[in-house]
Amino acid sequence: MIPMPRPIFQKYVAPIRAEDYPIGTVAESGVLLSGSADWRRERPVFNADLCTGCLKCYLACPDGAVVREGKKVVLDERFCKGCGICAVECRLKAIRMAAERE
Amino acid sequence: MSGSSKTPISPRSLPEEEFFIGHKACAGCGGSLAVRLALKVTGPRSLVAVPAGCMSAVGFLYPQMSFSCNAIISTFAGTASMLSGMAAGARALGWRDVKVVGFAGDGGTADIGLQALSGAIDRRERILYICYDNEGYMNTGVQKSGLTPPGARTTTTPVGSTMRGSSGPKKNMFEIVAANGIAYAATASVGYPQDYLDKVARAASVDGTAYIQVLSPCPTGWGVPSHETTRIAREAVDCGLWVLGEYADGKHILNRDPGTFAPAAEHLRTQGRFKHLTDEDVARVERDRDEQWKKIRDHWLR
Repeated sequence: MIPMPRPIFQKYVAPIRAEDYPIGTVAESGVLLSGSADWRRERPVFNADLCTGCLKCYLACPDGAVVREGKKVVLDERFCKGCGICAVECRLKAIRMAAERE
Repeated sequence: MSGSSKTPISPRSLPEEEFFIGHKACAGCGGSLAVRLALKVTGPRSLVAVPAGCMSAVGFLYPQMSFSCNAIISTFAGTASMLSGMAAGARALGWRDVKVVGFAGDGGTADIGLQALSGAIDRRERILYICYDNEGYMNTGVQKSGLTPPGARTTTTPVGSTMRGSSGPKKNMFEIVAANGIAYAATASVGYPQDYLDKVARAASVDGTAYIQVLSPCPTGWGVPSHETTRIAREAVDCGLWVLGEYADGKHILNRDPGTFAPAAEHLRTQGRFKHLTDEDVARVERDRDEQWKKIRDHWLR
């Protein structure tokens, strides 16, 4: 397993020769080509002034898109699908959902 | 005693790495949250088995492999038997630091995989079996499972003039595994993540089979907005419709008694699958709930 503080995307190389194909149905774990950013219609916007770092949003994100940074959180927008759970969970209203495209 | 474990788990103590990320689950998926949080506790040396179901459909999209630990898709019926084999393999290789964890949906647990699970409990396999309960076969398009609650609309239990959603009771998997003499069992909810994390930690350190059933709302199948997942999972507990409990050393333990219950009518009718329920239907749900709670309050430890 590759240690993955934050995952990086790999480029897919299409198999050309027979030996390029995987043997059996086994593949390397943790290989990511894409996130889910293009699913999103709204994005969470974090207000660091209101955030106390309680991490309720971090524990509620199904996509691992909320990342702890120092005592607060930041968004890894590559993985955020815009579900809005983090904004519901934030008791301090430090997260609001904003339209992805104005 | 609320899901206590030897080493306290806090959101800060969890590892930075994500072990289930980049999956293609629907926005707001409760099941994927249950998997993500559990793997944060069991860590990089988890050996995971996932049967047919949402989590295998969204997690293994070759070459996109969303599990960053070892993970394998089992047969639908064979989650617990594959976990047993993986545990035996790890023993044979002398891998002592691994955690063998399975994530099966409610259909793969209560219907299709029940026999293999019962067998594993009987053999006292040292495995952790997590059932992410979204109360239906959501991956295939919302069909009724043995864990679909009464009254819920699914594509196989529609609402019309002759049928008003699922008619049977929800199978009590917690009591079933307890009756199998399991070493540790617990119910949890993604709406109470700290309680869930503590239970995963405790389950992973038990010498024997452990089972956790975690309520994991499915916005798509339940007919709720994607941002409602955790709130509705919490509300189910507060309404008394989902019990947070543990079974260990042959004893039932109640982790959370809401005292007076939050109103069930509002909780149910905000979900598309229950919006057809009449006042009489809701009263029946509340009556069943009160009966269940009477037994729990009389017999379970606090």
